[in-house]
Order: sequence, then structure tokens, then C-alpha cells
Amino acid sequence: MSKARTSLARTGAVHFALIAYTLVALFPVFLTIANSFKSRNAIFREPLAVPTPETFSLIGYETVLKQGDFIGYFQNSVIVTVVSIALVLLFGAMAAFALSEYRFRGNTLMGLYLALGIMIPIRLGTVAILQGMVATNLVNTLTALILVYTAQGLPLAVFILSEFMRTVSDDLKNAGRIDGLSEYAIFFRLVLPLVRPAMATVAVFTMIPIWNDLWFPLILAPAEPTKTITLGSQIFIGQFVTNWNAVLSALSLAIFPVLILYVIFSRQLIRGITAGAVK
Amino acid sequence: MNPRETMMDVSELKRPRRWHILVFLTPALLIYTAVMILPLIETLRQSFFNTVDGEYTFVGLGNFSVLFGDPRWASDFWNALRNNVVFFLIHMAVQNPIGIALAAMLSVPKLRFSTFYRTAIFLPTLLSFVIVGFIWKLILSPIWGVAPYLMDLVGLKWLFAPWLGRPDSALIAVSLISVWQYIGIPMMLIYAALLNIPDEVIEAAELDGITGWSQFWKIKLPLILPAIGIVSILTFVGNFNAFDLIYTVQGALAGPDGSTDILGTLLYRTFFGFQLQLGDRSMGATIATVMFLIILAGVSLYLFVIQRRMRRYQF
Repeated sequence: MSKARTSLARTGAVHFALIAYTLVALFPVFLTIANSFKSRNAIFREPLAVPTPETFSLIGYETVLKQGDFIGYFQNSVIVTVVSIALVLLFGAMAAFALSEYRFRGNTLMGLYLALGIMIPIRLGTVAILQGMVATNLVNTLTALILVYTAQGLPLAVFILSEFMRTVSDDLKNAGRIDGLSEYAIFFRLVLPLVRPAMATVAVFTMIPIWNDLWFPLILAPAEPTKTITLGSQIFIGQFVTNWNAVLSALSLAIFPVLILYVIFSRQLIRGITAGAVK
Repeated sequence: MNPRETMMDVSELKRPRRWHILVFLTPALLIYTAVMILPLIETLRQSFFNTVDGEYTFVGLGNFSVLFGDPRWASDFWNALRNNVVFFLIHMAVQNPIGIALAAMLSVPKLRFSTFYRTAIFLPTLLSFVIVGFIWKLILSPIWGVAPYLMDLVGLKWLFAPWLGRPDSALIAVSLISVWQYIGIPMMLIYAALLNIPDEVIEAAELDGITGWSQFWKIKLPLILPAIGIVSILTFVGNFNAFDLIYTVQGALAGPDGSTDILGTLLYRTFFGFQLQLGDRSMGATIATVMFLIILAGVSLYLFVIQRRMRRYQF
């Protein structure tokens, strides 16, 4: 009896602590979104209140959409992210298949060479990357960003995907070979569909750093037509520091896509982290 | 072009060249090498060159001795390095204990709403530095007054100060913002490690009368040390390569008075120039090389010393 009571008290304490930290984690996001829908006076008078019919205002969003080309920035971010993920998944899966399926000289070495990029950040090569992009006339193009992000995403993708591809049954592949499928057909028609869950995990992991990156857009593609949403909102907010409605609305606009994607993919993401990370 | 390779791995030597392996590997290798490895090597190489009397020449370790010793560079560099170390230490001291505590609470068996807590606490990790930086800048701003108002509720208003604006507290404030954002990663990795502990081990401990706190300290903590090691090295690499948050919150000058300057922001200012300062490619490459060596040292220490030693504690 008393044991049940202490365990009840302990569960209560755990819930209390977790709720407290959840508030700490969510409060800033809530505060930003709630205030972005309020009039300027209400933002300052009652920052913690949710918007009511009297305080509701979209003035911030109007300023943002009138002043900054947010739709263009958003498009750029989507193009860069989607194309990079597609290339990372395709090329990463191909390389992972080669490394996990065939025995050839230099296989292990190749694996180690590709794994190098998991730990060493690509940013350290920025000086020469910029020179290379200048030499090939790629500065201020989305291609430059796509190339960099593809290179950045490949090492982890190859690593995770080759682990998964080792689990695909050899009998299945050999049956395919007996039926006269080419190695390419075996890869595209047999193996790829089977590792689809792993591909989803890699896609989510690749997407977050690309979407959020500020460094490479700032350095390789700072021109107006190629700004990504992260750089665009950074510069926009810098210019409108005193216009709180606009700043809060710009921040909210940058949060929404991440929130929506997180709601859709959170299970995949969390499963990916908790399954792959610890052996 | 349809290789009938029904005999796997047996007649490997006699087979014709297997072009498909090359086809599968080439795209990834090409992009990875051209955009990542070669620029990295080229950057390291350029750290040994500089422009002397208008001519681009090999200067050996000259750039490094300027960076470490020349009064114009050294104070900035050592300041950035020191700040970076503090930045890392604050992460380790705050992020790991909170991460472990959250993970331990989440892994309480049959805890209700644990998926919700997990999802919510992980959310900040997904936001970009730009969003996180500005949100906290607004919250901590004395103009808006959200932070002093909240502190007033718990009777701590007298403690409030414009932390981000004061040289003695700005670095701590920025580090804590970064911890707030990244707490989800240690939480998740350690949570996964806790779930991976076999039930038999826990049951055996319970039979021996080891429960609650002592069970956590004596049984679980040693078993999740490898996960803590992974978290630490990820934090290390991330911290010594950080830039975005400080750039967003404090600008490229990493103010006030350089008190939040770390290697990433120093690299940016040096390479691209800022305001009156002109960009300097060679010194930029030199700073990038120093960062590379620091990260390499950390990663090697982890891979060859810490990780190996940890394995011995495992079952």
C-alpha cells in the first residue's frame, strides 16, 4: 500500500518536471506565434496573452509579404532542399549498395574515406569552396548550394544506408540474378523498395541542416534572387528590428514549415535517432 | 551488357571488370571529392601561403606564427579560442546533466504522455539558429520585458539584467540559448541507450535490492556512458564549428566587445572582411586549418582513447 503511494508520488514528480521542461521548450515558440497575430500595443501591453478579437491584427504579416520577397525565398529553400535530398538519396543509396553488396579491392578504404565527412564539417573548406564556385561561375546560383549540401549529406547517408542494405536477403538478390535481372535492376527494383524506411530517416536527417543553414547561403548565394528563407528572414529581421509586428510575423513564417514537417515526420525522425544511434 | 553473375563471390578473379560497381560509386565519390575533400585539402594548403610584397608565396608556418603571436591577430585569436572552450564547457556542464535527467524520466516504465513530452522537447532542435536567436533576443530584451515579467512572478525580478548586452554575461547567455536548442539530441540518444538496457540486468539489480537512485547510479549510468560519449563528441564538433547563432544574436563582431567571439565568427570576419576590415584569404585558411586540427584532435581522442576504453565496461 505504502509502496503504491510512493510510486504514485514519484510518477507525479516526474510528470511535474517533464511538464515544466516542456513549457520551457515550447514557451518561446508559443510566445512568438501568439504575438505575431496581435496589434503593436497589445504586443507590449500584454505579451503573454493570446490574441483576442480586440487585439487581433495581421499588420505584421502584411508588412512582411509587402516588403520581403518571402515567397521567392521560400521557393529557393524548397528547391535547394528537395533537389539536394533527392541527389543525396540517389547517389548515397547507389554508393551504399556498391559498398555493401560487392567485394572489391579498396572497399573498406572507400567506406572509411566516405565516412570521414561524418565527423569533419564541410564548412572548414569554405575558403576553397568559394574560390571553386567563383572559378566555375556558380556563385549566386542555387546549383552551388545544391552541390555543397549534396556533398555534406552523402557521408551519413552512405553510412546509414549501407548498414540497412546489409540486412537485405542475399537469396532475394540471387533469385533476381538467376531470373536474368541486371545489377542495376536488382538495385532499383529489388533493393531500393526494401530500404525505403531507411531512406525516409536519411531524408529527414539531411533536410534539417540544409533548411536551417545560414553559413553557405550567406557566403555562396547572398543575392536577392537566390536567398533562402533562413538567410532572407535573417536579413529582413535585421532591417526591421524596431518593427516588432514584422519581426514576429517573419519568425512565425519561418517556423510554420518546420512545424508542419515535424508533425508529419516526427515519428520517423525519433525512430531514426533512437534506432540508429546506439548499438 | 547483362552480366550473368549467378555465381556470387566464387569466381571473383576470373570475372570481367564489373563496371556497375564503378557506375554505382562514381556520382557520390565525384561530388564528395570535388566539393568537400579537395576544397578542404586546398584550404589546408593555402594556410601555408600568403601575399608578400604583392606576390603570392609559400611562407611555411608564417601565417600560424602571425595568428598565435602577432599583436594584431593573437589577441583576437586567443580570445576566440578561449570563448569557444567556455562555450563548449557550458554545453557539457548544462546540456548533459539535463539531457540525462530528461531521458531518465522519459524512460520510466508505463509513463503516460511520454511521446508528447519527447516530441515537444525535441522541437527546438529543429528550428534554425536564426529563429532561435531572434526569439531569445526578443525575450531577453528589456524593451519587451517578457523575461523580467516572468522573473517577477517567482520573485526574482532583481536578478534580471540585459544579459546579452553585458560583456561578462553575454557568452553564458548565448551558450545557454544554444543548450536550450540542442537539449533534444542528448535526450534522445541517452533515452535510446536507456531503452536498450536489457530487462534482465534491471531485474537482477532489483533482486539484489538495488532500486531507485542507487540503481540509476550503479547500473544504468555506467551502461549509458557510450551514449554520453557520442553526445560529447557531437557537441564538441558542433561547438568548434558554430557560427550561426552568434552571428544572429550578436552580429559578425560578436559583441559586446568581442565577448562572444568564437572561432566560427572569427573565421567569417577574417575571410570575408567586415565593415572596415578587409577580407584576408590566407589568414582565413589559417584559422580554418586551426579549427580543423582542433576538431581532428577531439575526434581522434574520442575514437582512439575514450571509445576504446569504454568498450571494456560493456557486457
